[in-house]
Amino acid sequence: MSDSSLFIVLIAMVGGAIRVSTPFMFVALGECLTEKSGRINLGLEGNLVLGAMVAYAGSYTTGSPWLGVLFAGLSGLVLGAMHGYICKLPKVNDIAVGIAFMSFGTGLAFFFGKPYIQPTAPRLEAIPLGWWSSNPSIEQALQVNPLFLVGIALAVFMSWALANTRWGLIVRMTGDSAASARAMGVSIDLVRLLATAAGGFLSGIGGAFLSLYYPGSWNEGLSSGQGLMAVALVIFARWDPIRCVYAALLFGAAGAIGPSLQSVGISQGYYFFNAAPYILTLFIMIASARSKSAAREAPGELSIVK
Amino acid sequence: MISSSLSRRSLLKAGAAGLAASALPFGLARAQTPIVLGAVYVGPRDDFGWNQAHAVAMDILKQVPGVTVVEEENVPETDAVSKSMESMINLDGANLVLATSFGYYKPFVIESAKKYPAVQFRHAAPLWNKDTDPANAGSYFCYLNQAHYVDGVAAGLSTKTNKIGFVAAKPIPSVLSNVNSVLLGAKSVNPNATVQVIFTGEWSLPVREAEAANALIDAGCDVITCHVDGPKVVVETAEARGVMTCGHNASQAPLAPKGFITGAEYKWETIYKLYADALSKGEALPNFTVGGYHNDMIRNTAYGAGATPEAIKAADAAIEGLKAGKPIYVGPLKDNTGKVVIEGTKDNYDPELDGMSYLLEGVVGSTT
Repeated sequence: MSDSSLFIVLIAMVGGAIRVSTPFMFVALGECLTEKSGRINLGLEGNLVLGAMVAYAGSYTTGSPWLGVLFAGLSGLVLGAMHGYICKLPKVNDIAVGIAFMSFGTGLAFFFGKPYIQPTAPRLEAIPLGWWSSNPSIEQALQVNPLFLVGIALAVFMSWALANTRWGLIVRMTGDSAASARAMGVSIDLVRLLATAAGGFLSGIGGAFLSLYYPGSWNEGLSSGQGLMAVALVIFARWDPIRCVYAALLFGAAGAIGPSLQSVGISQGYYFFNAAPYILTLFIMIASARSKSAAREAPGELSIVK
Repeated sequence: MISSSLSRRSLLKAGAAGLAASALPFGLARAQTPIVLGAVYVGPRDDFGWNQAHAVAMDILKQVPGVTVVEEENVPETDAVSKSMESMINLDGANLVLATSFGYYKPFVIESAKKYPAVQFRHAAPLWNKDTDPANAGSYFCYLNQAHYVDGVAAGLSTKTNKIGFVAAKPIPSVLSNVNSVLLGAKSVNPNATVQVIFTGEWSLPVREAEAANALIDAGCDVITCHVDGPKVVVETAEARGVMTCGHNASQAPLAPKGFITGAEYKWETIYKLYADALSKGEALPNFTVGGYHNDMIRNTAYGAGATPEAIKAADAAIEGLKAGKPIYVGPLKDNTGKVVIEGTKDNYDPELDGMSYLLEGVVGSTT
C-alpha cells in the first residue's frame, strides 16, 4: 500500500468514525443508563428503527428536521416507558420483553413507514469543521453533524452525573443492590422506569440520525441491526459512558475499512474487510474479558450477571 | 451472432413445446379456475429500485379482469421463500408464482416446482436449464446491461475525471455484466474512461452503500452509478456531494435534480402482460423469456441536468444501435487480470454472457 493510499484509508476511517458512530453512540448511552439502573432493554433496535421512521415522517410533514429528531426521541421514550412498566409487573423477564419490543418497534415502523419511503424529507445540516483544509476528502471527513457533538457532550455529562450527583448515586445503587435502594426508601421500579424511558429517548434520537443525516433516507433495511450491536457495545464498554463513545467510534472507523480499501484498489477479500467491525469487537472482547476487574464493573442487579 | 440467437430461439421453442405436451389438460382446467398470481419480493415494494420495478408491473396486472395478485414483501433468500410460495399455493390458490430475487431459485424454486407440478413457477434471472430443471419452472429476465451501456455512453461524455464509480451488491453475473457494460459504453466514446467498483456484499445495506459512494467520490470518481436493490441512498449521497449520477432499476431522477444523467430501468410489465394474456387464454407459458431494447423490456430514464448535449446525442445513438442489435461485447476483450475472456463478438443475448465471472480491463476492482 502506498503512502497516499494509506492516507486515503486513514481519512476514510476518521470520516467513517464521525459519520457512522452517532447512532451506535446514542443507543449505547441509552442502554448504558438503563443497565446502570439494573435492567436490560434488548428492544432498542425497535426504538432505533421506529425513531428513524418517526423522524423522517416528522421532518417531512413539519419541514423541520429538528422537530423530527424530537418526535423520534418521544417515540423512543414511549417504547422505553412501556418496557419499563411491563418489567415492573411480577415474574416478568426483562430480556424476553426486550425481544418482544424489538419486533414491536420495527413492526410499527414498517407499518406506519410505508408512505414515507418515497418522499424526500429535509435533512439535518452538517457543521463543516474541515474548512481549514484544501484537501476535499479531509473536508468531507470533517463534515460533523451536531448530533455527534451532542452525543459526546452527553457521554461526558452522564459520566460526571453518575459519579457525582445524588441522582447518579440512586441509579447506580438501584442497579447494584435493589435491597439497599429499598432500605434507603428509593422506589426501584420508578428509577428503572425512568432510566428505561430515558434510554429509549436516546435510542430514538439515534434512529433520527440514521434517517435524517447518514445515510439520510427512510427504508425498511435502514438499520441492519445497529441497535442490537449497540446494546452489545455497552458490555464491550464495561458500562462506562465515555468508553461507549470510544466503542462507537471504533466501530464506525472499522466499518469504513471495507469500502475505502476497495476504493484504493485493494479489492481482494472484501467480504473479510467488511466484517472488520465484528472481528475487531470479538478480539477486544476476548482480550478485555480476561481481566478480573471486568466482572466487577457490571451492575450487580443485571439479570445476565445474577 | 446468428447461431447464438438461433440457439436462444430453439431453446424457447423446446421449452414451450415441452410445456404444451406436459401441461395440456391444465389449459382447460385453468380456464375454469380463477387466475391467481403470487409475487414474492426480497425487499419492500417501494424501495425506489428492484422490488419497486416488479411491484409497479404487478399493479398493472391487477387491472386485468379475472386476475388476482397476491404479494409478499421482505422475504429473505432462505427457507422462508419456500414457505411463502407454499402458502400462496395452498391458501391463496396461486397458479403462477413469480419469485423475483436471484437467490430464490436454487434450491427453493426448484424444490417447490417439483413438489407442486400443477403450479407454474417463474424466476427473475436467466437460471432455468431445460435439461435439469422442472418443466413447470422457468426464467424471465431483462438484459438491463444494455441500458447500463447507454448509461456508460452518457457518463463517458459527462465525466471530467474520466473515473466512473460503481457501487455493486454481489459479484453475480448480471451485476458484473452491468459493470462491464458501463465500462464498454464509456470507452466507446471516451477511451480514457475507467470504472471503479466497490462491492458491499449485500443487496440492501444503506449505511455501507453510503460509505461506498463516499469512498468512490473521495477516490476521484465524478459519476456514480450502482447495482443495489434500492439506489436511493447512493443517488442521494452522490447528489449531496455534488457529483453526477446514473440510476438503476427504477427512476431516481427526482432524487438528483442537479446531477442526474440517465438511468437503467426495467419494463417488467411487458413480460407480466405476456404471462397474464397466456393465462387468460389458457395457453402454455414460455419457460424462458428474455429481452432488452429490441423487444421493449428495458428503457433509459429521461435525461437529467447532469447530461451534456453531446452525451444525450451519443446515448440516443447508442439506444438506436441496441434496438437494431448492435453488440456490446466486441472481442477480443481481456479481464482486469490480463486474461482474454471474450475471443470474438458476442450477441447481446448470448447465453455465454449469462455466466460472466470477470471484470473487464479498465475496471478497478475484484470479484472476490
